[in-house]
Amino acid sequence: MKNLVMIVLVALFSLTATAQEKKNKNAKHDIEVKGNCDMCKKRIEKAAFGVKGVKSAEWHSDDQTLHLILNEEKTSALEVQKAVAQVGHDTRDVKAPQKTYDELHGCCQYDR
Amino acid sequence: MKYYMMLCLLVLSLNLQAQDVLKGKVVDEKNQPLSSVTVMFADASFGVETDEEGKFEIPYVKESVLSVSYVGFITREIKVVSADDLLIQLKTEDTLDELVIAARRKNTQRSLTSNTNTMTMNSGELLKAACCNLAESFETNPSIDVNFSDAVSGSKQIKMLGLTSPYILIAEENIPTVRGASQAYGLSFIPGTWVESIQITKGAGSVVNGYESISGQINTELIKPANDIPFYLNLYGSTDARFEINAHFNEKISDKWSSSLFVHGNSRVKKNDMNHDGFLDNPLGSQINVMNRWQYINMEKGWVAFLTARYMKDEKQTGETAFDKRRDKLSTVLWGSEINTDKFDANAKIGYVFPDQPYKSFGWQNSFSYHKQNSYFGLNQFDITQRSIYSNFIYSSIISNTMHTFSTGANFVYDNYSEDVVNFGSVNYDRTDNSVGAFFEYTYDNADNFALVLGLRADQSNRLGLFATPRLHMRYNPWDKAVLRASAGRGKRIANIFAENQYLFASSRKFNIMDEGGKAYGMNPEIAWNYGISFSQGFLLFGRNTEIAFDFYRTDFQNQIVVDIDQSARSVNFYNLEGASFANSFQFDVTYNLAKHLNIRSAYKYYDIQTDYKSGTLERPLQAKHRFFTNIEFETHQTERGGSWKFDATWNWLGKQRLPYTGDNLAENQLPSYTNPFSTINAQITKVFSERLEVYVGGENIGNYQQNRVILGADDPFGSNFDSTIVYAPIFGQMYYAGLRFKIK
Repeated sequence: MKNLVMIVLVALFSLTATAQEKKNKNAKHDIEVKGNCDMCKKRIEKAAFGVKGVKSAEWHSDDQTLHLILNEEKTSALEVQKAVAQVGHDTRDVKAPQKTYDELHGCCQYDR
Repeated sequence: MKYYMMLCLLVLSLNLQAQDVLKGKVVDEKNQPLSSVTVMFADASFGVETDEEGKFEIPYVKESVLSVSYVGFITREIKVVSADDLLIQLKTEDTLDELVIAARRKNTQRSLTSNTNTMTMNSGELLKAACCNLAESFETNPSIDVNFSDAVSGSKQIKMLGLTSPYILIAEENIPTVRGASQAYGLSFIPGTWVESIQITKGAGSVVNGYESISGQINTELIKPANDIPFYLNLYGSTDARFEINAHFNEKISDKWSSSLFVHGNSRVKKNDMNHDGFLDNPLGSQINVMNRWQYINMEKGWVAFLTARYMKDEKQTGETAFDKRRDKLSTVLWGSEINTDKFDANAKIGYVFPDQPYKSFGWQNSFSYHKQNSYFGLNQFDITQRSIYSNFIYSSIISNTMHTFSTGANFVYDNYSEDVVNFGSVNYDRTDNSVGAFFEYTYDNADNFALVLGLRADQSNRLGLFATPRLHMRYNPWDKAVLRASAGRGKRIANIFAENQYLFASSRKFNIMDEGGKAYGMNPEIAWNYGISFSQGFLLFGRNTEIAFDFYRTDFQNQIVVDIDQSARSVNFYNLEGASFANSFQFDVTYNLAKHLNIRSAYKYYDIQTDYKSGTLERPLQAKHRFFTNIEFETHQTERGGSWKFDATWNWLGKQRLPYTGDNLAENQLPSYTNPFSTINAQITKVFSERLEVYVGGENIGNYQQNRVILGADDPFGSNFDSTIVYAPIFGQMYYAGLRFKIK
């Protein structure tokens, strides 16, 4: 059943996306972002929401992951990582500047 | 943080004058100060928190052990050997995923993040009430006042912000249920054991559920088939000869389908006349209530659906003790009354969450209900049948990101009433109401400390016309554990004057309606604005969780159907408001965790409710201006088998209440202007033997306060002075009960 649905979906998709490579407006990305506490959570999510095209951003300390839903026509996961690193949190692909890291509140200074 | 440190120090300096103070500082691995760290004596329930510089002060007790803890860090225990300043370094926990949050969920919670002033009562709180239906489950909650059951129906009425239940939107799983014909007794038709949790929202409600709410909303969530246990049995019996049985059966049919069958029965078989006035103190009666629910869940695809069908039959009989309903019905030999209700309802709900966009969803609720009440009160007769259809479609999504969310949709309500009233002549009030409406609610949440909800709906109704309903809510968290909320909104409704005030039939009063050509019994719809603010703050006092909260609400009526029992004891007059009518309510409450497993909740409530009656401005009758409330709960530590003892007590104090005018009665049937203040105590003890079995005993009105005169003109119930409706205190004296709960998990 699942396969059938997939086939139909793929068929539909290939119909609509033949001419151009259509970008996903609701792309899901789970990206590793380092942090410790609730203060970090607010800072990380705020930075992510600051990027135009981010629809949903939720960071959980337990899995150290930022769960994103974004519009790939407007932005990319890399852009979000840059913005998050800019406020002091290391991400999978982008590291935060040392100076910004040093200025973080004590409880947010995750192990580097 | 500072002020409570001050308070602590103040207390310290009083109790521990001779002792020294131990100073210290808590830092993390990078030597950065840590604020809000809990520093406690390991063997006592006393502690402090560190300030923004990581500093703390605690009495110096030699050889004591300090426990230093903070979320995300390894808790350290430090032995105090000298009064020298301490520098304590905490290490982060390497394995954050192993962190176990062991804090107990409170039975009643006020949320810090909800945008409305909402208290959630979970099943633990509901168990504290003696018995047995929804109307009685609010007795341990300070936001809702439960009135004393009247002698005729035996059912309890509730008030919020000092306004009676017609002004509260009462919903079951977000479908408005207790309304129209079921307004008076509807809450007693929902057995307490069916309920999973109750959300009580003070002030203007959301526009999603309709335009009728004025003083607040009560939403009841029933036990969901997917989370239910296979079998549950509850038996109850009390000294006022009331017996109840509840049995729940649940079957998980597949990983997607589950079903529950709930059966409830209750009866009162014995005639009680404790005050020897020749009238029953509470009605004889019985109720059968059966509900079957089906739930479908498909997590991967995002679908959830409920199908529910329910039937209820309720019979009540009261009046003079010798009254025989077969022989004396509608005769003037003996005064008696019967209220018989049949109710059937069915609903179907379906919800869908887009799997790749969890912020996007839609829901569709449909319900049908049939409610038929046949009743007589002496020679007065009241028959009402209501057929209702309700349909609501809600779509929720975001605007650019999840900081901006909205819900929008449309709903349809159809109510067909057949209503016949016999009161000094017979009148028929058959009618049909229908309305369609659309709503839009926008929520801004900055994901930190501020949220704003703007709601607007437009409705077209055959009797209310085309009108708009605006609502606004705001939340702001100015600092840690604090929340400030404000709300404002408009509500509009048609008063079902007979259904809502049917208890008044149990008197010799003549019902007079001042017909002004309006569309609701010749009168106009009720319109009111409600405004409110609330503030709550949590903190540690002597190392224990404490919460203080206060709120102020004002309801301003633009029009109200004034129910006037003050012109004469011979009549009740219904008319459109001329002038002002308002209700101000102020509440202050403190919740304190006195010791491990011992919680106390105390509240003071002030009500100023005034209406311009034809005879002048008066306080609302039978409403105490001042009320105190205290609830204490204690639970022993759970044994390995899950056993424990639970103790619970509630004390209610009511100030004087204004009594309605009785000056045109015979001298012996006249009442003073005001009642005396009084208080009542309810208490309950539960012994939990294991996860399977628990037994409880309890008492209501243990202080045995009784209204000394319940029925005016009891010696001549068909005479002009007869009135059994002025109830301001318990009629029945002390009442004790016992019951058991048995579960198979």
